[in-house]
Amino acid sequence: MTLETLVEKLELKCKCCWEKLKTTEIKGGYAGDLLSDVMANSKEGSIWVTRQVHLNIVAVASLKEHAGIVIVQGATPDKDTVEKATREGVPIMVSELTEFELVGRIYQLLQNG
Amino acid sequence: MPSDEYLQGIYYIQGRDFVDAGIVSSEIKKSLKDKGIPESIIRRVAVITFEAEVNMISYSEQGTIQLFIEPDAITIQADDIGQGIEDIELAQQEGYSTADDSIRELGFGAGMGLANIKKYSDIFEITSNPGDGAHLKSVVKL
Repeated sequence: MTLETLVEKLELKCKCCWEKLKTTEIKGGYAGDLLSDVMANSKEGSIWVTRQVHLNIVAVASLKEHAGIVIVQGATPDKDTVEKATREGVPIMVSELTEFELVGRIYQLLQNG
Repeated sequence: MPSDEYLQGIYYIQGRDFVDAGIVSSEIKKSLKDKGIPESIIRRVAVITFEAEVNMISYSEQGTIQLFIEPDAITIQADDIGQGIEDIELAQQEGYSTADDSIRELGFGAGMGLANIKKYSDIFEITSNPGDGAHLKSVVKL
């Protein structure tokens, strides 16, 4: 599944790197708000679901080569975060759902191919 | 420490500079990619350098990370000037952290840093004189 499909199916708001949505394939997912946990346990190509909004999430996603970040509960990423994500080419999207609900929906979509 | 002929780079880190957290790790990652180091090794080194970097930002005044690439191993040597570590055994326990709220709010300070470094290293050594700083060596074999 591509990021574009995810954005369409779950009505995500994309905040940057629109040009990558069509071509970025999601290979899996990870949810977490502790950066060390995500750093140690997430895999490349994953979509990362988090409630964190500050710019350090971009460093983690970039180092781990995530497909992108989805911020939950309609939270607004900091301006610095979006600027850095644009520079580093890390797509950031926002969902109105809670972390629990969103992860459930993404998991289902990934299972169904 | 490996001989200077294997020194790939020295990277400087400023304490409390959370804005730049990860920049050094990105540079090191790029440098390893350019050298053609296998992806699986680069992923391990990225976790190690990121945690070392965040530790310095969180707990030191300033520090350096030195990267050595030998034919059979990559060594990360992280040295800082600062508060150091009171109880090294305790500091390596997963979940133990002395981080204050300002650090925890950013999603750091979960007490996983040193545990992660250890987990991804083949050789891991850490020493500290409280009040002076901390010295960490991590080796990933190729």
